[in-house]
Amino acid sequence: MDLVQLVKEGNRVAIARLITKAENEAPEAAIAMRQLYSETGKAFLIGITGPPGSGKSTLTDKMVKELRKRGKTVGVIAVDPSSPFTGGAILGDRIRMSDLALDDGVFIRSMGTRGSLGGLSKATYDTIKILDAAGFEYILIETVGVGQSEVDIVKTADTTVVVSVPGLGDDIQAIKAGIMEIGDVFVVNKADREGAERVVIELAQMLELNANMGDWFPPILKTVAVRNEGIVEVVDKIMEHREFLTSSGELRNRRKERISNELFNLILKKVSAKISTKLSEENFWDSQLDEIIENQKNPYDVIDRVIDGILQ
Amino acid sequence: MYDKEKLEKIKQDNRNYEADWEKGVEKLAAKGKKGERKDKFVTGSGASVNQLYTPLDIDIDYRSEIGFPGQYPFTRGVQPNMYRGRFWTMRQYAGFSSAEESNARYKYLLEQGQTGLSVAFDLPTQIGYDSDHPMSEGEVGKVGVAIDSLADMEILFNGIPLDKVSTSMTINAPASVLLAFYIAVGEKQGVTPDKLNGTIQNDILKEYSARGTYIFPPTPSMRLITDIFDFCTRNVPNWNTISISGYHIREAGSTASQEVAFTLADGIAYVNAAIIAGLDVDTFAGRLSFFFNAHNDLLEEVAKFRAARRIWAKLMKERFKAKSERSMMLRFHTQTGGSTLTAQQPDNNIVRVAIQTLAAVLGGTQSLHTNSKDEALALPAEDSVRIALRTQQIVAYESGVTETVDPLAGSYYVEALTKRIEDEAWAYINKIDELGGAVKAIEQGYIQKEIQDAAYEYQKEVEAGKRVVVGMNKFQIKEKPPQGLLRVDPSMGFLQAKKVAEMKSKRDGNMVQAILDELRSAAKGNDNMMPIMLKAAKAYCTEGEICDVLREVFGEYTPIQVL
Amino acid sequence: MMTERKIRVLVAKPGLDGHDRGAKIIARAFRDAGFEVIYTGLRQTPEQIVAVSIQEDVDVVAISLLSGAHGTLMPKVVKLLREKGADDKLIIGGGVIPDDDIPALKEAGVAEIFTPGTPTSVPIEFIKANVRQ
Repeated sequence: MDLVQLVKEGNRVAIARLITKAENEAPEAAIAMRQLYSETGKAFLIGITGPPGSGKSTLTDKMVKELRKRGKTVGVIAVDPSSPFTGGAILGDRIRMSDLALDDGVFIRSMGTRGSLGGLSKATYDTIKILDAAGFEYILIETVGVGQSEVDIVKTADTTVVVSVPGLGDDIQAIKAGIMEIGDVFVVNKADREGAERVVIELAQMLELNANMGDWFPPILKTVAVRNEGIVEVVDKIMEHREFLTSSGELRNRRKERISNELFNLILKKVSAKISTKLSEENFWDSQLDEIIENQKNPYDVIDRVIDGILQ
Repeated sequence: MYDKEKLEKIKQDNRNYEADWEKGVEKLAAKGKKGERKDKFVTGSGASVNQLYTPLDIDIDYRSEIGFPGQYPFTRGVQPNMYRGRFWTMRQYAGFSSAEESNARYKYLLEQGQTGLSVAFDLPTQIGYDSDHPMSEGEVGKVGVAIDSLADMEILFNGIPLDKVSTSMTINAPASVLLAFYIAVGEKQGVTPDKLNGTIQNDILKEYSARGTYIFPPTPSMRLITDIFDFCTRNVPNWNTISISGYHIREAGSTASQEVAFTLADGIAYVNAAIIAGLDVDTFAGRLSFFFNAHNDLLEEVAKFRAARRIWAKLMKERFKAKSERSMMLRFHTQTGGSTLTAQQPDNNIVRVAIQTLAAVLGGTQSLHTNSKDEALALPAEDSVRIALRTQQIVAYESGVTETVDPLAGSYYVEALTKRIEDEAWAYINKIDELGGAVKAIEQGYIQKEIQDAAYEYQKEVEAGKRVVVGMNKFQIKEKPPQGLLRVDPSMGFLQAKKVAEMKSKRDGNMVQAILDELRSAAKGNDNMMPIMLKAAKAYCTEGEICDVLREVFGEYTPIQVL
Repeated sequence: MMTERKIRVLVAKPGLDGHDRGAKIIARAFRDAGFEVIYTGLRQTPEQIVAVSIQEDVDVVAISLLSGAHGTLMPKVVKLLREKGADDKLIIGGGVIPDDDIPALKEAGVAEIFTPGTPTSVPIEFIKANVRQ
């Protein structure tokens, strides 16, 4: 049974299995990814990020339903943090999407960050390609939005949706800290709560201050995701943004940048893995530690020598 | 409570006592011995316990904080003479399989001297599905009796005169439907609603936070509840319209203080909702009742009940400006703690239940269910239920604790514990107020998280052996699997589904449809829903049909998941 | 270069049972044991549980039931998984389940049943010993 062929045919057991192999960095996965690559690049990628408690999962659930209404097939990747101590994780996002489980046009996969610092796990990139190759037309990537990690998402998604919510005092601060630049669509969820209008105004003011705005001016939309309010508008705006990206040529630029990032990261990873193997094998510096401690040698010369040795 | 001079002397004595003790410990330490069998002494809920309590620990005003039974703040009980007047209602929660089988169990329990009925419904009934609904597969008649329509309810109470018993029904999301069925059965027996006595649990908030049998979102659910308050005030005046429940909060793993706090916070939300709906506090507050758990830490549990009464009285008087004393009385039902029972050496559970019974009675309960020894294994068999009931009767008739009111009052430890639980509960209530009340706190997952953290902490302590559960993590034996467990006939689901189908075929279909349409418009409007519920009940609309209409109008609750 | 393989577990609550204290405790204990845990939430049909098990490619499906519906719902999950070609998963159950019922559940394909009072370390060790490689 050829896993790659089954994935291309949309076999769900096979898709799931290949994702697992990619997550575990199994050698078969590396081979499969090469074979699948020609089938990728067709899906449109939507990133969804925001602080904990902003209702991202519910919003994702409703957006998927809206896309389904429009006849689109959808893959969802929901990323939750892994515990830095045990490596374990509770992946709870799909609880909000439980009635999508039986829809054959939807495939949801939960992932733990497994120690990666950005909001996305290392295997997220492979998973996107697998779902893409399996024929899902839209892929939604929902990530934990804390601090700097959101930047990962913009390097991956075609359209990034930034979710905020009234009543989280520090929320706007976090947005100020860096994600104003990455949002293509801003959503103020739970907009029936007190303070929603204030969040909208603050976002608008910050957007206006943002100098490097291109031809796309990010809209700010209000939703009450639990009641399915405002969802149609969010999906409409995403479609509009897609149209903009395509017609302006920006889509190609974004994807180039994404590939460039991915190449950079993968190369770095491979090289650093090779180096660590080599270093642990050959004990390059053990003999020199005493000399460094006794100030007979300085660490900088040792580093240069070691690197020169490896790169030869 | 003591004059200053005496307190000073006690303080001096206490210092000497402590100093002597320290010296003793040092001597032992020098010999490499320990004075105590463990490092930390804690209550069942994990609160630290001092070696000794003295008058120094109950520096409170007797008249304002403890007072007299039957008087504000009701710390010592809601009646002036408590069990010298009459015992609590002995009420065993029961129901399984079909209405016929449950009816037979109720008659048996009444013959055995039980004084009130308590109906357990199966999960499909609790969640508003008929027995033939796909979601009901495997669940029909399992944890309680299956009731699909008035037809089943008639069989359930066949031969039981509703003007002679008081009936408690554990039903929440669809409480108004089952209450309508009950009123309709009464009318068929010639008993008018004003002669009915009983309680519906009707407490949706703890379903969201701890028990899980919700249907609709909070807003329409609160409306159904206040509709019942209003309807019963005028038509079923002896009915307890809600049983605000801490039982399930505790079962889900909370501490004693959390049980009090989260229950009373729910109570505050109901009172607020009713006031916003236009009801005067004194017209409905006297019909509010509560439902607590009784665990093994006897004195902490007694203190918990006393603290709950004191807080509720203060809340009703000070926050809600109730005038009637009855509005300030926290009357409660107790059930012994299901989660304290062990599957290992189940006979030991009889002893646990006896301790918990004492806790409930010393805490001044108005009614009590005692769990049967086999409930960690299956539904209780008839002879286990009898032992559970006998446990109550032994405490009532033989233990002597019922001969005077609130016998533990004035115990330095019990009064200090009562105060501590009160303080901890107030802190939680204030926090929940800050979050915008119980509904908001549940929607944000705050209450669920607090409960789960406590539950996980407890579990870890048991597994680490820091807490001993006799027969489970200490004093284990090799056991044979228990025999004689009660089984629900596996064909029950199929038979009950057939029964509904037959009943439906005999009805006037057009009338049913017309009434369901009327129900739909009532749900969309603002009028009290109870009259149309009653009409639907009498026309043999099924519970599932009624709830489906409400689901359509109200939507369904999707829980926030906290882990 | 294979990284450490993560064990993925689905903690499932089928049927109408609302007792989730056990399910949530075990979910936390699995997390603390280093597993990746997906929790379904309440009131899932066997079909939903199976669909999620497949998409998430979990190694273990842990079913918690205290309502007495285990005899119907647990075998149904096993059967549906087999039909969908996902029969390499370890299926375990927990809850108020009488000893007499256990042989039939094992016969149906449930690997092990854990009854009240079982320390969380027991299913954790069982999973580590029996999970697919």
